[in-house]
Amino acid sequence: MGWRMTTKFEVNGKPVSVNVEPRMTLADCLRHELRLTGTHVGCEHGVCGACTVLVDGEAVRACLMLAVQAEGAKVVTVEGLSNDADLTPLQKSFRKHHALQCGFCTPGFITTAHALLTEEPDCDADRVREVLSGNICRCTGYIGIVEAVLDARAAYKK
Amino acid sequence: MKLPPFEYACPTTLNEAVALLASHNGEAKAIAGGQSLVPMLAFRLARPSLLVDLRKLPGLNEIKIGADGVRLGALVRWRDIQDDKRLESAHPLLKAAIAHVAHYQIRNRGTVGGSVAHADPAAEMPGVCVACDAVITAAGKGGTRAIKAADFFEGALTTALKPDEIVTEIHLPAWPAVRRSGFQEFARRRGDFAMSGVALFYDLDAGGKATNAHIGTIGVGDRPRRLAKAEAALNGQAVTEALAVKVGEAAAAEVDPQEDIHASAAYRRSLTGTLCERALLAAAR
Ligand SMILES: Cc1cc2nc3c(=O)[nH]c(=O)nc-3n(C[C@H](O)[C@H](O)[C@H](O)COP(=O)(O)OP(=O)(O)OC[C@H]3O[C@@H](n4cnc5c(N)ncnc54)[C@H](O)[C@@H]3O)c2cc1C
Ligand code: FES
Ligand code: FES
Repeated sequence: MGWRMTTKFEVNGKPVSVNVEPRMTLADCLRHELRLTGTHVGCEHGVCGACTVLVDGEAVRACLMLAVQAEGAKVVTVEGLSNDADLTPLQKSFRKHHALQCGFCTPGFITTAHALLTEEPDCDADRVREVLSGNICRCTGYIGIVEAVLDARAAYKK
Repeated sequence: MKLPPFEYACPTTLNEAVALLASHNGEAKAIAGGQSLVPMLAFRLARPSLLVDLRKLPGLNEIKIGADGVRLGALVRWRDIQDDKRLESAHPLLKAAIAHVAHYQIRNRGTVGGSVAHADPAAEMPGVCVACDAVITAAGKGGTRAIKAADFFEGALTTALKPDEIVTEIHLPAWPAVRRSGFQEFARRRGDFAMSGVALFYDLDAGGKATNAHIGTIGVGDRPRRLAKAEAALNGQAVTEALAVKVGEAAAAEVDPQEDIHASAAYRRSLTGTLCERALLAAAR
């Protein structure tokens, strides 16, 4: 085993402490150390967007960030964007518009859309398409995903 | 792939960061946003023994706008440039070019310092630096030095930086009100690296003619460069559609494009001419 470091941060509102090699990505740390397997890993080099999580409120690629770089940060994963009681408005919208099939890309789309709609609840279709251009889906053809995000805007307006 | 093993340090002062970079026989590397370096590690194209995280270095994340131009701290992210309304008048070319960089999530972490240090031949920021005669400041064991953009980029992924040097600031000279600019690039998918791109500006003289023409390219050849012959074709002329075609032809003749899996050399040459023509017409509008 190589060189390890203890790193403390917050995940979905709970403090966590991990002891990991610096080479471990945040995505692998969430999945393997913290057993939060909602964050998916597709390409491992920044092109597919499946691993998107929120770090201090901003959407980032968890495969391009080291776990040790999360020290002190507030991380939110797709698990943190759901609740046990009911589907959230964004989840309902994805269901209504058939915005997923196999679901592999879905955590990345949900986290990205959540960040976008939180920051820009008035975004138009062009902006949604531009932002979602960083996420790849092999199944749906994107139309349903764009419609789902547009339809969920109302729930984010204050 | 999983990343190769390395040690990690997160210093809080520039001196400490330089000392750490100097301490590993050239095997240490800085990490800023990680948006180019981590993919390089994943492909095992880089195998540093130590990563020195720059994120806690103070004062490097500011955008300063003054009479002498725009100063971007090395840790300024793409997102910060997009969010800064002042840049629309202080540096419209920078603003226009950065809109093409990567994707939403990557823009939340990628930095200007990382981009120039990485020196991808198709990257927008190095292209803007060369087109605008930017000055890049680097701090190392030997002190601080200012490097002209034209001398900074030496080839694909190769710069004038020494292993212990850290980029601290990029200075883009002041933008006069008479300046007109255009940026055009072409990539197959939004956010991808461009197969060619053109960043240009000129100043309008009292007679409505173009002077001080600067025409820069990205994605053609191994580094961003200015096109002296195309600039000469623009200087002293009023910008018309016919002139734009002529300057575009001069640009196409002047570039030395490479052939790769993305495009042939002939296609890149022709594309550069078209993009130059469009950028010039956009500037004149
Ligand atoms: C899918 C994808 C698409 C992309 N598309 C584009 C695009 O269209 N256009 C574009 O320009 N870029 C693109 N990028 C790259 C992105 O813009 C990077 O953010 C940028 O190139 C590097 O910045 P960084 O802060 O992430 O640097 P890092 O990845 O942290 O570092 C890159 C290199 O620079 C060195 N370095 C970093 N900071 C400094 C410093 N201050 N001083 C000295 N050395 C330093 C590092 O040691 C390393 O060698 C893309 C990336 C991805 C993953
Ligand atoms: S796994 Fe992170 S972008 Fe593909
Ligand atoms: S639903 Fe299958 S990859 Fe998007």
